[in-house]
Formats: sequence, C-alpha cells, structure tokens
Amino acid sequence: MNAVLTVRGLVIIALVVALALVPLYVVLAGNYFPLTLFTRIVILAMAATSLNFILGYGGMVSFGHAAYLGIGGYAVGIVAFEGVYSGYLQWPLALAASALSALVIGALCLRTRGVYFIMVTLAFAQMVYYIAVGLDRYGADDGMTIYRRSEFGGIVDLSNKIVFYYVCLALLLGSIYLTWRLVNSRFGMVVCGARSNDRRMRAIGFPTTRYRLTAFVIAGSMCGLAGALLANHTEFMSPAVMHWTRSGDLIVMVVLGGMGSLFGPLIGAVTLLVLEEVLSDVTEYWQIIVGPLFLLVVLFARGGIDGLLAGANRD
Amino acid sequence: MDFWPERTVTEPLLHIDRLTKRFGGVVASDEISLSVPHGELHAIIGPNGAGKTTLIGQLVGEITPNSGAIRFNGRNITATPTYRRSALGLARSFQITSLFLDFSVLDNVALAVQAHAGHSFRFWRPARAEKALRDPARAALARVGLAERADVVVSRLSHGEHRQLEIAMALATRPRMLLLDEPMAGMGPEESARMVETLRELKRELTILLIEHDMEAVFALADRITVLVYGSVIASGSPQEIRANAEVRRAYLGEDSAPVIGHG
Repeated sequence: MNAVLTVRGLVIIALVVALALVPLYVVLAGNYFPLTLFTRIVILAMAATSLNFILGYGGMVSFGHAAYLGIGGYAVGIVAFEGVYSGYLQWPLALAASALSALVIGALCLRTRGVYFIMVTLAFAQMVYYIAVGLDRYGADDGMTIYRRSEFGGIVDLSNKIVFYYVCLALLLGSIYLTWRLVNSRFGMVVCGARSNDRRMRAIGFPTTRYRLTAFVIAGSMCGLAGALLANHTEFMSPAVMHWTRSGDLIVMVVLGGMGSLFGPLIGAVTLLVLEEVLSDVTEYWQIIVGPLFLLVVLFARGGIDGLLAGANRD
Repeated sequence: MDFWPERTVTEPLLHIDRLTKRFGGVVASDEISLSVPHGELHAIIGPNGAGKTTLIGQLVGEITPNSGAIRFNGRNITATPTYRRSALGLARSFQITSLFLDFSVLDNVALAVQAHAGHSFRFWRPARAEKALRDPARAALARVGLAERADVVVSRLSHGEHRQLEIAMALATRPRMLLLDEPMAGMGPEESARMVETLRELKRELTILLIEHDMEAVFALADRITVLVYGSVIASGSPQEIRANAEVRRAYLGEDSAPVIGHG
C-alpha cells in the first residue's frame, strides 16, 4: 500500500491530525465552542461510519439508522434516570439493546429489497420514535435531562470535556479500523459480494441473508455505542434524535463523503456539519446552499468527496 | 481422478421426473423427464421460448416446479434451497453474464472457493491474503485460460472472457455437475472454438448439462441430446439419432424440407 502519499491520503491524514488538535486550539484560544461542535461531529461520524458499513459496503440502504442512535442513547439515559451511573453497565446495555433491536428489525427488513427495504427500515425507525414519544416516565416528547455522565470508576473522567472528546475520537477511529478489518475479511467479502450480485452469491453457495443480517446487527451496535456517546455529550435525550430526518442526515453524510470508503463518512460528517455551522451564521436558509451542493455531488461525483480526492490523484 | 467412490448404485447423477411448471396459462415445463448419468455431457437444445432457462431455474432452485421431482446424486432436491444445491455439487454458469463486476477476476473466483470452504463468519483475517482461497482460485483460472488476467477488474474483460470466468467460478465450487446456460452466447467464432476446447477438457472429469444454441458446438461435444419444444421433450438420443429425427427438424426449423440441423 503506497496509497498514503496521494492527495487523498494527505487530506485524510490532515483531517485526523486536525481533529486530534481541536482541544489544543480550544485551550489556547480559550473558546470552548469548537470542542462542543467537534465532539458532536465525531460522534455523528461514528454513526455514519456504522451506516456506511451496511449501506456503502453491503448495499443495504437503511433509512432508519438514527433509531439505533436513539436506542443506545435511551439505554444510557434510562439507566441514569433510575440512578445507576456506572458506564460498565450503561455502555454494554446500550450495545446490547441496539444489537437486539437491529437483530429483530433486520430479520424482518432483509426479507425485502430495494425501495421496499428503504421504506420498511423507515417504518421501523418511526415505530421506535413513537415508542420513545410514549415513554411518559422518561420525558415523552420533551425528552429527559441526564444529570451525570457515565462513570468509569476513576479510570476516565467523562465530565472532563477534553477527555470525553478524545474518548469519542478514539472510538471513531476504532470503528473505522474495525470496518476496515471487517470488509477485508471473509465475512466482508460475502457482504460486499451480496451487494454486487446477491443472486450469484446464492448460486455459488452462500446463504447470504444470515451474513447480511450479521452485518446489520454489527452496524446497529456500532451506532448504538455512538448513541451512548451522544447521550453523554448532550446530557439530554429526546425522541428528536431518532426523527426520520436524522436518519436522512446520516445518509447524506455517507453519500457526501463517499459510500464504501473507509474515511468517507468522517469526511461527509465534517463537511455537512461544519457547513451547517458556518452557513447558519450567514443565513437562516443555509439548506438552500447545502441542498444543491449535495445534488452536485450525487450527480457528478458518485464516489462522494473521497472519490473526488482519489480521482484528483489519478489524473 | 476418483470417480465418486462413495456411490456404488448406478442411479444417474441427475434424474428429472415429470417436472411441470406453469406460468399462468403457459406451460413452461410440461412433464419433462430426463436422466444424466455420471460422466455424460448432456445437451439440451430447442428454439427460443422452449423453456430451457426455466428448466435450469428449477434445477438450481430459483424456480419452484408445480409438480414432478428432481433427484441429484441419490437425493431428492426438489425443495432444497439454491445455496445448498450448490454445496451438494451442482454448479451453474449464467446465460446473461452475472458476475461481481466491481471485483477483480481473482476475487470472483476466490469467492466461489470461499463458498465451499466452510462458513464465512470469519471477521478479522484479510481474505485476499489467504492462500487457501487464492491458490485454488488461480488453478481454476488456469483451467479456463484466464490465469494472466487474474488482477483485472471484471468490468474490463471482453465478453468471451466473461464467459470463461463464469466457467472458472463454477469449477471453483468443485462441483459434481456443471449446468452451463448458453456458454457460447454472443461469442465470435474464435472464442467459441476456444470454449469448445475448454469444455472438451472439462468433460473428462465432470458431468455436464449444456444448454446451447450453437449447434456445431452441441454436436461436437454432446454424448446425448434432448430436444425441448414448447416445454416438452420431443426427442432424446445420441447426436446421430437427433440429426436423423424428422420431428426435430420440423420443430426446429419450422419446415419439412430442412436439409440438416445447421446453425441455430
């Protein structure tokens, strides 16, 4: 792999280094706002990375991925509300809850293909959304405040915003590494093969549904962990996290950055959220600018921004 | 080559018994019966719309017959799912090239090898570095003459090379029987000749069911030929018998005075 010193490689390295240096800037400038913004970016990039695993590599266009963000977040929030703050309980619970939901939802949705799959995943996400709206004990529509962050017995102190940021960044990079290992393993070959030609996969002897379902569950759990981080970050959980437009945002990040590219979702998340931040200072109607930009990428750069960077090197 | 030592009975490898499939009012397979013994190359011919592809679809398990039975290697597989039929040793090449276009040639064949190398719930080791997958894949490519194209992305291959790759993938699943659905379709004369050579080689080791329009190839290769018209078998026999069969000529060429079955 001599791919590091390409335009694309350099941009990715620069991006990761810049992300690692955000706390330094914050401390020097004495302005904590960028840290809040970038913590959010890093967490949502992790959610987008998990979506990319099934969407970009597996060809499963889930339009309900934000549900797992909410399920992971609510697992942390509900346990905290009941007075238990141990992260050793909260985080595994968030993982288990999102994995189990993904297993049930995936088992039902993977019977369908194409547009039907998109609609059915959306329907399930809406169901989870309305279940959360119905949780009167946990704030229903208004959501609930989480008064203390997850506690890890003095090993890491998540209430320190810089420490928390680095935990999120480490988990994001871990997710990207995990995705890399997965897509290149035998398992990943099957998942990618099923995207490319599911019928042929069956003809050569793969029971593809169980592999696709496993991928769906892995992606759901990864997103659930991102949800646990989000709950800790905002110290608040409400059904809005699972609104279908949030699922749409995750798809936009993946497509904008580059489907089926390891760092694409991160690039997409940074681009979308930084643009949103910058443009919303300029105008209330920032979406008028982001919308056409997204269209241009979809129409003219099918590999997303990451694809453009790879292309820039080739010519 | 050990010739199925576990089987002592003389039951044919593939036995189709009164297979019937209706699509609405159309009878695509009308009580089709045929047997393919071990080691035979059996060709199925018939005009367009004779139901050849429907038959293959039922053999691989993509289409469920309305009635009748399929036995393969001594087992009733009429209701067996596609992937398990593949595991039993029934390999199919597709009529319309159906490959993993965004993968390399070697990746395509390695996937076929992987399909028959235990389960694929292996999440960590890079599959492209596994000799257990790559070596047999390279061997299968060599058998169809594609060895030097191993690292090319499939979408860049020529049509003829696609067909060869189709066969390499079927071979990589280490089948007992190959179902070849028009392997010569769309090939030029040179490519066809090369494919005939490849099939002649494979015929020595494998039982083959060949569906093909290229009559020259069929008559050059087949041990037995079955003629399908409107979903029914109108004749079955050696190439000589088929060539001499008046009904076949009539059905095939739509006229009584047809001189020979020439080019499909």
